[in-house]
Amino acid sequence: MIPASFEYQAPKTLDEALRLVERHGDEAKLLAGGHSLLPLMKLRLATPRYVIDIGHLRGMSYIREENGQIAIGALTTHTEIEQSALLASKCPLLPETAAQIGDVQVRNRGTIGGSLAHADPGADYPAAILALDAEIIAANTSGTRTIPARDFFVDMLTTQLHPGEILTQIRIAPRRAQSGAAYEKLHQPASGFAIVGVAANVLLGEGGKTIEQAAIGITGLSARAFRAEAVERALSGKHISEKVIEDASRNGAEGVEPLSDLHASGEYRREMARVFTRRAVARAIVAARGDA
Amino acid sequence: MEIQLRVNGKPQQSSVEPRLLLVHYLRDVLGLTGTHIGCETSICGACTVLLDGQAVKSCTLLAVQATGGEITTIEGLASNAQKGSGNGAAGNGALHAVQEGFWEKHGLQCGYCTPGMILAAVDLLQRKKNPNEREIRTALSGNLCRCTGYQHIVEAVQYAAKKMSARKPLKMAASSGRTP
Repeated sequence: MIPASFEYQAPKTLDEALRLVERHGDEAKLLAGGHSLLPLMKLRLATPRYVIDIGHLRGMSYIREENGQIAIGALTTHTEIEQSALLASKCPLLPETAAQIGDVQVRNRGTIGGSLAHADPGADYPAAILALDAEIIAANTSGTRTIPARDFFVDMLTTQLHPGEILTQIRIAPRRAQSGAAYEKLHQPASGFAIVGVAANVLLGEGGKTIEQAAIGITGLSARAFRAEAVERALSGKHISEKVIEDASRNGAEGVEPLSDLHASGEYRREMARVFTRRAVARAIVAARGDA
Repeated sequence: MEIQLRVNGKPQQSSVEPRLLLVHYLRDVLGLTGTHIGCETSICGACTVLLDGQAVKSCTLLAVQATGGEITTIEGLASNAQKGSGNGAAGNGALHAVQEGFWEKHGLQCGYCTPGMILAAVDLLQRKKNPNEREIRTALSGNLCRCTGYQHIVEAVQYAAKKMSARKPLKMAASSGRTP
């Protein structure tokens, strides 16, 4: 359980880090908190030639309001997100999700940027990021670009990030009145990863009787986190009832091929997608009504 | 690769291979074998130490990542081990309140998980003065006890919480970078 040898580089600035990833391409891996990368390196599933440690870069760990949005620095830890008063009032789904990642020690080290860039199929943030329609900011030596969360997750451990890019920031719109969100997760008891995790974000109509919009992000179920559009369609514009939620939840796994491993069969994951979608939607509605 | 850090209040400077894990640095280079190696997969928590006051799993950290940081291991908790170790006692060899709790409430059987459990509990009690049972169990969910002695561990933490809140004010070392 000792990583293979590598050359360690600890750039002092983001610019320096960008030049290093540009130069080393796919021979390099970025190290932030290390809680995705180091376990893989210890198992020698990852044997990068260069490890570029950006964990000490200043000014990349923050949660602040910027032009009407909430901006989160890539090096912000799960613990910082869990404890953020700004997020608790403007985007409570994110701290709720962060609190369900791994355990205290993992949350103290792991970073939101690292987790998203790694794109483990059982990671929690992707579900929330999708349900929030967040934007992901990536930088390279020639500038930055914005990637919508919907397009970000491509496949298992694969994102839209190009070689030479560093994920620098996540942007989220603050929650609207009459909206509510919830994250419900079946966790793997040892690692805490999501066997299935569902984030629901709903906007209710006047009086809280109908669902105007629903955004559902699902993680753990398949190789990549995705928006459950069939569930969203089945909820949008509907008068709220237990039956509507129950029926919509049956579409949680529509169009996806569930993962199957020693923790859960594909069939079981599909069923859990239904159960946890129902729970997440129901609780999101309660949260939205609490605001009315 | 040169690293500089403080371990239990003592400055350390070492030349290490970048791939050296923090837990191996503490055990094999510094000889601080109180930090245990359990699962090696970031699950069991036996290797938990404090880095700048926060509980971390030292098997999932490179020693080079801790450079510039302040580490507290189980050896550094009792009051004679480290000046201003944060337990409020004055250099008289007294156990940290959490250590005392594990002693008084029989919070261990084989003892393998104990150093990690104690440091995770210290992290909790810095953040929360009087945690309830559920909060204690949640905070220690990253630490596994192979003897399944969780009930007494929870009681040990409750004992410590009571003792620490009676003994005000609780001061952390100035260099720990974190206020309780």
